[in-house]
Amino acid sequence: MSASLRRFGRWVSLASKREFSNFSCIEKGAEGSWKSLNLYSAINQALHIAMESDPRALMLAFPVPLGRLAERFGKNRVFNTPLCEQGIVGFGIGLAAMGNRAIAEIQFADYIYPAFDQIVNEAAKFRYRSGNQFNCLTIRAPYGAVGHGGHYHSQSPEAFFCHVPGIKVVIPRSPRQAKGLLLSCIRDPNPVVFFEPKWLYRLAVEEVPEDDYMLPLSDAEVLREGSDITLVGWGAQLSIMEQACLDAEKANKQVSKLSTQKFLVGTWVWTIGTRKHRKDGISCELIDLRTLIPWDKDTVEASVKKTGRLLISHEAPVTGGFGAEISASIVERCFLRPAMDMAQFLASCNMMSAESNFPLTCNGHGSVFGILQHDLEAPITRICGLDTPFPLVFEPFYMPTKNKILDAIKSTVGY
Amino acid sequence: MAIWLLARSRTIIQRLPKMMPCFGVLYHSSSSFHYSASPSSSFLMSHGPRRLTSGTTPFFFFFSRPESTKAHTQLEQLYTSEDDDDQAIDFPGGKVAYTCEMRFISESAEKRVPCYRVLDDNGELVSHSNHVQVSKEMGVKMYTNMVTLQIMDSVFYELQRQGRISFYVTSMGEEAVNIASAAALSAHDVILPQYREPGVLLWRGFTLEDFANQLMGNKADFGKGRQMPIHYGSNSLNYFTVSSPIATQLPQAAGVAYSLKMDAKNACAVTYFGDGSTSEGDFHAALNFAAVMEAPVIFFCRNNGWAISTPVQEQFRSDGIVVKGQGYGIRGIRVDGNDALAVYSAVHTAREMAITESRPILIEALTYRAGHHSTSDDSTKYRPIHEIEYWKMTRNPVNRFKKWVEKNGWWEDKDEVELRSSVKKQLLEAIRVAEKTEKPSVEEIFNDVYDQLPSNLEEQERLLRQAIHNHPEDYPSDVPSRRHFPPISVPEEYAEDIFSVSSNCSPSANGWRERDSY
Ligand SMILES: Cc1ncc(C[n+]2csc(CCOP(=O)(O)OP(=O)(O)O)c2C)c(N)n1
Repeated sequence: MSASLRRFGRWVSLASKREFSNFSCIEKGAEGSWKSLNLYSAINQALHIAMESDPRALMLAFPVPLGRLAERFGKNRVFNTPLCEQGIVGFGIGLAAMGNRAIAEIQFADYIYPAFDQIVNEAAKFRYRSGNQFNCLTIRAPYGAVGHGGHYHSQSPEAFFCHVPGIKVVIPRSPRQAKGLLLSCIRDPNPVVFFEPKWLYRLAVEEVPEDDYMLPLSDAEVLREGSDITLVGWGAQLSIMEQACLDAEKANKQVSKLSTQKFLVGTWVWTIGTRKHRKDGISCELIDLRTLIPWDKDTVEASVKKTGRLLISHEAPVTGGFGAEISASIVERCFLRPAMDMAQFLASCNMMSAESNFPLTCNGHGSVFGILQHDLEAPITRICGLDTPFPLVFEPFYMPTKNKILDAIKSTVGY
Repeated sequence: MAIWLLARSRTIIQRLPKMMPCFGVLYHSSSSFHYSASPSSSFLMSHGPRRLTSGTTPFFFFFSRPESTKAHTQLEQLYTSEDDDDQAIDFPGGKVAYTCEMRFISESAEKRVPCYRVLDDNGELVSHSNHVQVSKEMGVKMYTNMVTLQIMDSVFYELQRQGRISFYVTSMGEEAVNIASAAALSAHDVILPQYREPGVLLWRGFTLEDFANQLMGNKADFGKGRQMPIHYGSNSLNYFTVSSPIATQLPQAAGVAYSLKMDAKNACAVTYFGDGSTSEGDFHAALNFAAVMEAPVIFFCRNNGWAISTPVQEQFRSDGIVVKGQGYGIRGIRVDGNDALAVYSAVHTAREMAITESRPILIEALTYRAGHHSTSDDSTKYRPIHEIEYWKMTRNPVNRFKKWVEKNGWWEDKDEVELRSSVKKQLLEAIRVAEKTEKPSVEEIFNDVYDQLPSNLEEQERLLRQAIHNHPEDYPSDVPSRRHFPPISVPEEYAEDIFSVSSNCSPSANGWRERDSY
């Protein structure tokens, strides 16, 4: 296997409408051999490593298809529980508080709600209410659409947990990511909810280092660089967004782009715009947030400052989804900012009228400059699930599809 | 520490005097149904340890215990010792006698609670069996419904295998539980199902067409294609819509029952659930609420041995479900779930008690999930084939009931042939039509989230229609689009196209399995 193939991994796309391309990956600390694995096996490998590397690691779930894990580590450490999600999480919290590394699994993210109290009122607040005397557990749950899951085998409940200080929420997009992130989550002393994109369990195949390696939490990854628009997503949705990026790059010849600049004139802000007709496609920057909370605002901010546009996409219903939080934060950081501080501004002026109220100037190259500049050149767009329960036969309508994203990219860039 | 305590308490229990025989408790209700025990039991009457609500006479049946039995039941330890009757704590809820003995209540009785049956495996009435009479008409109807359910299961299961529906769950092995319990109820009783009780709905008049429409998720499906297959429901048949989350229906059933009681209806609520469900918090909430609120609800547990791949030994350490009732002050019975007559009699009687005495009743039917958990499961991976075969063949509830109906001269081979072929024909026709029926239209995505369409959904519907217009190839062609919006956001020239979507993709019916294995 050539080094480059290893680096970029291999995505296998089956009959599904989910398609994948070559996402690059971080390979920190992974020197040994690599193996082509699907997401499910990669997670399995992470669990084996977590159990092996820490004798105090324990796994519990209903119903755990224990198989080799139980055989290898014994039924004392890998066990099936009664059918009770609040029990699974509460028990896991108890284990973790006693210094064990508890790895709890909920069969589907849709069934995490009976454990909501244990997660929100207990796991999340154990450290804070005790003055940092206790550590907490990792909760895994498969989430998201799968083609025919209907109401209760399709949900993406991440936003509920992102509203809870004390919890981390992590969602991997690929086998290699899943393994490295899961190991980080398990070894993180804080309670982490790790949502696994179940649609990709078998569909996503990638070269994965066999070694024990961890990927950093709260660290977004720029998957592809671009200059016209930033796309932010996580988990399974990234593969859809990637397709939209590729299409946007190819397709768009006729979209016109308006570049604007703002000028402070006395107490007035003036906007001067020029409409440029693009000849080439749209260059998209795609970011995998990976950790939703606490999230890597800086990476997103830096990207939006570069591209001037932001699109967020997730499967969960748009209203109150985590996209709303990203959108609000980026508006706070990027709506208006001084293009430069006043000293810098004055220094850059080579012509200045002392009497004039118009702090307008030309730089040496003759272009117009203002003291305030728009980072966001278009409204932030969210392409997400509908505000309905997840509807079985309407799944293709509910989903934030590639073409919905593509159209939004075009209209945002052409705003 | 815990182990030491357990060992200690066991020792203490073992040293308790074996003074009294064990006794079972049965309250004689005001209904016409009479219980009689096998002749080997001797009967004594006594006053119960608890106060009972009016209209009830308690009977305590003392069974003489075989000499060899060392057990001391929970009840025995509770009520049989040198309690100092003179001294008692006057505690809220009633006086509690003092004792000078330090005694721990046993975690379980040595003998499991027996299982009430009427028919043996050969369809013979067991001697002295005591049951509610079943007429010829009722018996035949029960049998034909059981057979219909069987055929539905095999045809629909096959349909899923062919990829024509995305999912299915059979009731194989639980036909008696389904049909006989339904037969013993009135149509006014309100059913809150889990998901393995389609027979109850069948009994109430849900047609084969109704079933097929739900499975296909077409526009004739009451649920408008929004839920996975097998999530049936019909308000007019007093059958709540199936919801996947386990045990959530149980506390709701107590609420439903309370409402029936408030309205002085001659009806009760009946909720079904598996053994696995009893581990959920909702089960415990439900039993406690029902007891405290004196709600006329029948908790019908289908203890079929398995919750997906988890056997009952890993689910709970109690003697099944029936004993849990007592912890909440709920009367219960264990019944052979593969004996249609026993199920019928128990439910019939439970219903009388629930309604006339305003109380919850817990029924534990011992049965077996003879099929896989669902079409996403392969149960041969976690349970022995001979176990499945034994329950499918020797303990088959349909065969057993058939023998009884035949012995009564109510049923012959030619009836059987006729029934099977006519049900099959009818079913295939229902499927053919359901398959051809179009899906619910696009606006049904947004309807019923609330009683009226709020503005956010109105906006999203417009955007969606625009998306459909732009990319019709992304959307299934069998989902029509009907709602006509004022053409505000739709440019005139597009308006026509938007309302006629065409494409050829539909949700895939394969690939993902509910449970992958490590
Ligand atoms: C709250 C919740 N957790 C998990 C599941 C997944 N699940 C579906 S069926 C099932 C097993 C239920 O077993 P049991 O109650 O014994 O009923 P049976 O299938 O045996 O009829 C589980 C765990 C669920 N539906 N809801």
